[in-house]
Parts: sequence; structure tokens; C-alpha cells
Amino acid sequence: MIDDAGVHVILTSIHNSPLALFCITFFTTGNFVLFLRFNYLGSTMDCLFGISGDGFVVIGADTSANQSIVRMKTGEDKICELDQYKLMGAVGDGGDRVQFTEFVKANLSLYAFRNGVPLSTHAAANYTRGELATALRKGPYNCNLLVAGIDDGQPSLYFLDYLATLHKMNCAAHGYCAMFMNSLFDKHWVPGMSVEEVMKLVDLGIAEVRARLVVAPPNFLIKIVDKDGVRVLAERKTATEN
Amino acid sequence: MEAISHAGAAVGVLSKEGVVLAAEKKIMSKLLETSKTTEKMYKLDEHIAAAVAGITADANILINAARLAAQRYMFTYDEPMPCEQLCQHLCDTKQGYTQFGGLRPFGVSFLFAGWDKHFGFQLYQSDPSGNYGGWKATAIGANNQAAQSILRQDYKEDISMDEALKLVVKVLNKTMDSTALTADKLELSSVTRDASGKVVYHVYTEEELTPILEAANAAAAAAEESSS
Repeated sequence: MIDDAGVHVILTSIHNSPLALFCITFFTTGNFVLFLRFNYLGSTMDCLFGISGDGFVVIGADTSANQSIVRMKTGEDKICELDQYKLMGAVGDGGDRVQFTEFVKANLSLYAFRNGVPLSTHAAANYTRGELATALRKGPYNCNLLVAGIDDGQPSLYFLDYLATLHKMNCAAHGYCAMFMNSLFDKHWVPGMSVEEVMKLVDLGIAEVRARLVVAPPNFLIKIVDKDGVRVLAERKTATEN
Repeated sequence: MEAISHAGAAVGVLSKEGVVLAAEKKIMSKLLETSKTTEKMYKLDEHIAAAVAGITADANILINAARLAAQRYMFTYDEPMPCEQLCQHLCDTKQGYTQFGGLRPFGVSFLFAGWDKHFGFQLYQSDPSGNYGGWKATAIGANNQAAQSILRQDYKEDISMDEALKLVVKVLNKTMDSTALTADKLELSSVTRDASGKVVYHVYTEEELTPILEAANAAAAAAEESSS
């Protein structure tokens, strides 16, 4: 990464979006290198959104795994099933995303095993926030999350970003797609929506992302959590897996 | 274990509407100023309280550990700690001191009274070995055998809060050495829920306690009368 001449221009491998990562390296004499990496994760090309309805929550995400400007894969599942009644959607650095969601999933199942009762969605979201906040000042996980779950039939959706900001929301979105999704949710979301109504809103959002975003992801996966548990609800594809 | 069977008794009774705890205040000397507030009842968190029998100094250490654990849980999960988890946490600590030589175990038995969303109102008893169990009605400390046999006789499945209150007082009345109960000889507290669902820990004041004790004394006297 660093050449012998002492002039250092470090380009980190840009996993998610060339627009989102700015890497600036300053050099000084000697071997002191000040390395600043701005990773504004608020604007990744990854798309993640969640909408709560009457007794259920839907979480959707794109299924692209990108390396630099190349799409390596279009069948990546970014929505982790934490337990029977909890979903965790995650977007961000590929490794961090998988590592962190698996870590949370393992800890939730350890809690349930030890104590004989599972954590509520609220507790799970707060636990996740705590882990993210602790990691933030060490080796942060660069991923944005949505946590959704059902407790005694009551749905809840939590927005959680890589800086460990936690909010309970009716609907939420991460990444560039949030710019379009949020305004659509603002306009169209009402309390007590049915699955059909929510899926209409999802399709509206995906259509807008595809119409507006220069590098829109081709495929989306939509999962649902309701009184019957978690499952895949729908797929929206324009590219086939090769 | 030996120390605890001499310590002032503590009794707990579980009902559908709440849990009642009562404890005997041992009067060592008439010169000793009895504490105005509780000395054997501790609030561990908003939703859980404990009564102690044994070495008070040891109890303070464990009470502190319990309060810390409850707050840590609240910090991590933003939810109150389930009662059994708190009890288990404390018993794990106690068990640790039975495992290795060189250190003395905590000479304390606890009664935990609390409410959580999983199992509602709960009453737990723990001993110095680290054993614990959930009870409908139980007693620790001096004369706990006698106390438990009264509880076994008088406990009903659908006992009301009022009846539970009377029962604990009756038990203490029979197991304590003194002839008549007075407010300065015992502590009484309850864990209930208010109309909004909030858990309320209430310590009975002397004014609240006196009529209950007078009624208990009268009932005991009446029972004596009829048996003789």
C-alpha cells in the first residue's frame, strides 16, 4: 500500500460504492503517516428498507454483492433471520455485515438457551446498539441495520446505523435508496396496512429506485415477520443469477 | 447455615395480585436505636425487592452486586431484568464461595419478591450454598421449620393480597419469641402493580402496620381463647 518514496496515496478497495468512499492520505516526512478514511456509510449503493403493518413487518434488501464497480453476485441474502420472530437486515462492508449479524444471532440464541426465554425485539435492538457502540471506538463494524420482530403479536421495527443510532420506526430505509424510499413512505404509509398494501408500497419504492438511481441494484429480496414467524415473502428480479 | 437459623426470620407469600414480605427485627438491647427505615428489606430494582436473613454485612455486598447486575441488564437491554435471572446471578456468586478453600461463604439467605413480564409475580428463596427455588410461600431464618408448617397449613392457591398480608403476620406472630407484635419488631413490605401496570414496592409505615398487627394479636388471642 505504501511505496518507498514516501508519497502515499492509498486507495482502499471500494467495496460498496465508488461514490461513498473517499480515502485521503496525507504524508509527512519520516514515517509518520496520517491516514484519514472517510466512509460515509449513509450513502451506500446497497438498498435496505423496512415497513411495519398490521401485525407484521416487512424487510427488503437488494441482493447484489459488489466489488469495486463490478457486481460479483446477485443472489446475496442481506436479511438475517435472528430467530423465529426476528429479522435483521444489514447493508455495508460485506465482511462486517455478515460477521456482525452472525455475532448478534449467536448471542441471541445463547441468551434464549441460557435463560429459557427469548429476548424481546426491543431488548435485542438495544443489545445490538450496545455492541455497535462499543465497537465504534475500537474497530467499528461498517454496517447499517434494521431490526424487525414480533412480540406477543405486536410488530416493531428498529432503525440502527453504523454510528449506533437507534430509533423505533414505522418504516425506515438505508443507503442511497433511502432518499426515494423515505419520501414515498412519508406520503403513503398509514397505520394498520395489510401485506398487500405494504407490498404495493415496496414495489413503488423499488420502481423509483430503478428509475432514479444511476446504478440501481437489479434484484431484491423481501422477507416478512408476523405471528407465524419469519419467511421470504417475495423477490423482485431484473437480472438472473449466472 | 447455622448462623441463618438463628437470624431474625423473614417470611414471603405469593398471591395473584402481588407478593408480601415480612421480617422480624431482632431487638438486641433496649438501648439500641432501632433503624427508622428498613434494615432487612432492600429494593433491588424498580420491580424486585429482597428480604434478608443472616449476616447483614455479607448481605450488603450481595445486595450491591444485585443492584449492579440489575442496572447492567437495564443498560444492555433497556428492559428490567427478569426475576429469576437476577436470583440466579446472585446464587452463582454465592456458589463460587463454596467451591474453593480460603474464603468464607456468604452467610445469607434471601427472599426475592418481584414481577416480570415472563412469569408475573414471583417469590424465590436462596441459601448460602447457592441453591435457589421458586416458592408460593416460604420462610427463612429462626424457626423457619415451624413457619413453613403454618404456611403449608394456611396457604390457599387463590390467596388475596389482604389474606397474604394477614398470613405473614400470623406466621411471624407464632414463630417470634415475643408475646405480642408491635410495629417496631417487624418490617412489612409488598410488591404489587398499580392501575397503569407499573410495579410498586411499598414498605409499610408504623401507622399502616399498627392496625394490621392489632388485628393479628386479637385473632391470636381469640384462637387461644377457643382452644383453651
